[in-house]
Amino acid sequence: MRKIFGILVLVVFALFAYACSSDDSSDGGSGPTIPPMSLDRIGILENWADNIIVPGYVDFQSKVNTLQTETTAFATNSNDLTAIRAAWLDAYTTWQRVSMFETGPAETVGLRLNVNIFPASVTTIEDNIASGSYDLGLSSNRAAKGFPTLDYLLFGIGVDDTAILAIYNGTEGDAYKQYLQDIVADMQTLITTVLNEWQGGFRDSFVSNSGSSSTASVDRLVNDYIFYYERHLRAGKMGIPGGVFSGSVEPNTIEALYAGNLSKQLFLVGLDAVQDFFNGRAYNGNAQGESLSSYLDDLNVIKDGADLSTIINNQFTTARQSVQGLGNFEQELQNNPPTTFLNAYDEVQRIVPLVKVDMVSALSISIDFSDADGD
Amino acid sequence: MNSHTEAAPLAVFRMFFGILMFVSIIRFWSYGWIDKFYIQPDFHFTFYGFSWVRPLGVWTYLLFVICAVSAVMIALGWKYRIAMISFFLSFTYIELMDKTMYLNHYYFISILSFLLIFLPAGHYFSLDTLSRKHIKNNSHTNTAIIGYVPRWTIDSIKLLLGIVYVYAGLAKLNSDWLVKAMPLKIWLPSKFDIPFIGDLVSQEWVQYAFSWIGAGYDLFIPFLLLWKPTRTFAFAAVVIFHILTRVLFPIGMFPYIMIVSALIFFDAGFHKKVVYAFAKAVKYPKVLLEATAVWQPTSVKRYKMALVVITIFFCIQLLLPWRYALYPGELFWTEEGYRFSWRVMLMEKSGYAQFKIKDGVTGKRFYVNNADFLTPLQEKQMSFQPDFILEYAHYLRDHFTAQGHQNVEVYVESYVALNGRLSTTYIDPDVNLARIEESFTHKNWIKPFTDEIKGL
Repeated sequence: MRKIFGILVLVVFALFAYACSSDDSSDGGSGPTIPPMSLDRIGILENWADNIIVPGYVDFQSKVNTLQTETTAFATNSNDLTAIRAAWLDAYTTWQRVSMFETGPAETVGLRLNVNIFPASVTTIEDNIASGSYDLGLSSNRAAKGFPTLDYLLFGIGVDDTAILAIYNGTEGDAYKQYLQDIVADMQTLITTVLNEWQGGFRDSFVSNSGSSSTASVDRLVNDYIFYYERHLRAGKMGIPGGVFSGSVEPNTIEALYAGNLSKQLFLVGLDAVQDFFNGRAYNGNAQGESLSSYLDDLNVIKDGADLSTIINNQFTTARQSVQGLGNFEQELQNNPPTTFLNAYDEVQRIVPLVKVDMVSALSISIDFSDADGD
Repeated sequence: MNSHTEAAPLAVFRMFFGILMFVSIIRFWSYGWIDKFYIQPDFHFTFYGFSWVRPLGVWTYLLFVICAVSAVMIALGWKYRIAMISFFLSFTYIELMDKTMYLNHYYFISILSFLLIFLPAGHYFSLDTLSRKHIKNNSHTNTAIIGYVPRWTIDSIKLLLGIVYVYAGLAKLNSDWLVKAMPLKIWLPSKFDIPFIGDLVSQEWVQYAFSWIGAGYDLFIPFLLLWKPTRTFAFAAVVIFHILTRVLFPIGMFPYIMIVSALIFFDAGFHKKVVYAFAKAVKYPKVLLEATAVWQPTSVKRYKMALVVITIFFCIQLLLPWRYALYPGELFWTEEGYRFSWRVMLMEKSGYAQFKIKDGVTGKRFYVNNADFLTPLQEKQMSFQPDFILEYAHYLRDHFTAQGHQNVEVYVESYVALNGRLSTTYIDPDVNLARIEESFTHKNWIKPFTDEIKGL
């Protein structure tokens, strides 16, 4: 039935088009001729999958592998923390570039939930180590694994490096080393699962699900992307420590609490990743492919004299500059209220309505998965 | 008022109405929406004066059962009047439970079912008639087997449909719709994946054509349906139009309801054919269909009262959509007088609202995570409608006061984008919403619209 009506309508409009076309073609005054564009979203999805997400996961996996090697080395010879810490930071930094892709396989295994829930629960970690029996697959252990736990194990279990190394070489040393290795192995398993899926069948099903329904790939990933920005980048790394939601500063909730002096740096990597994704910039190199930004340009959404993709990019720049202008987060959060920190947060916050209202509205993407009827 | 017409159209309308309502309720239930939208949320947005209408926990399902059973009874014409009243009450109660779920077509169902209570739609081709056949020596006029009803009873349904269409058409006579082709310019390009028309929807001329044809359709279709020479063509247009809207937009059962409703414009001859076909299938005695008696009211006094009620009802229907003119500012922006006015698929509006709770004495403040209190759909609807924002602000005030916070003040930082314009501040961020009373007066705490939309 639908097809028949579709054809009927097509005929009606084809006639209409024919009737109008003779006037339109001679009218060159109404703006530049827009090249025929495809609003098909396959191009975007291919760019996301092939140039951003999969290369990102490949890089992350190799960083986790290095971390694993260094962890084994450290377990064998526990006299120097330098190499394992460097590998941890390298992997943690790379994580910031892939954390937002919590869709498909990553969503299934709950990659972000298992890799970067902070602050870490010291009690759970110590209990696990002391008992020696733990199931890292349990959701109750999410705050006792991943990067934040490594942060604690590599920087926080003693007052200084000597004290930390003393624990690894002490009577409980083997238990700590075992836990360290288990945590890293768990991360390795998770990223391997996710990457294998992407390199297996998921990439194709992701790309071919190129429609515009609420379950289509673009709609879902854009929702995940905005959710990541709002909850994890904005709130998790700045808002919550800055007391935006509680009314008082919570310096103990910053990322990389024990290593210290890193949370600002990790935030900025995350912000870069979010902006690069918006612009469709390849993970390796500077090539820009089809993206939210180019799609907005294609839709020719001209507003307020400037186009939306420029407005959003400008706000990313403003936000980045104001965070760069801060001291390290620990230092900023010693003030209560931390005024300069909160001012920078406000600039980070300003991106939210731009992507969550303007961008999504222009793209006609539904911001939630509610499938209720409309009028 | 005293002229008569055959009863068949009313019977067919009743039957299809009952069937479609039953399907709608089953569909709603099968999607798990009762649980998702009415039972799970802790908080519900209510209509002014109807804050006492609340979901009933698991008993909400019973409400839907009552509604569905009533729909079946309506379709069968069994205890019609009681079924219609119970359908109207249960359906309307459901719609009043949460303003988040407001849809013009639910409102249409509510008022249509109200109207149907007063119409003798259960007296022809119905179980009620069938059971009356067995009552012997019946002297009461109302239980006579009838074949005719007062003409106004059928015309009143046509009038209601006409109001819906024409007002929906009038609402489209504005510069955004006609001059900018908004919001179709935003909506249509995202439908690139629809077969056959997917390649057309991104073309600007198609967006304009849809806008203009849509407005013209709404304005003129009732008249084309009324006039016999154009009726068949008009009905074809109804079918194409509504199927197209069904393909393009997520509007549920509404297109089918409108298509079936439009059948009421056809002559009695057509409806008799439908009735006879059904009657044959269910072995309904043909003799009952060939009665020539005219339906007579049991009580003339009650009949006259019903006529007064219906007259008032239509006056309200004709006037209510114009109430927006009593408010200053842009209707699309403030939404004061937007609902209950057949403003259907008229704007692309979305918003973002972040609430700040402040201690009025110490100045200490924090922000609220909306997801802690609202479902995604509630949050979405709340973010661009002032009455939702205010009700939620009051809820937050009460919630945090109960939690022991002192001198609670509620502020909102909100941004709204309308029909492709860049988002701007929506609610005055310096106004303490905790102290604002909800009323029908103009909400002067809404920031003025920075652009202009001309037209009705």
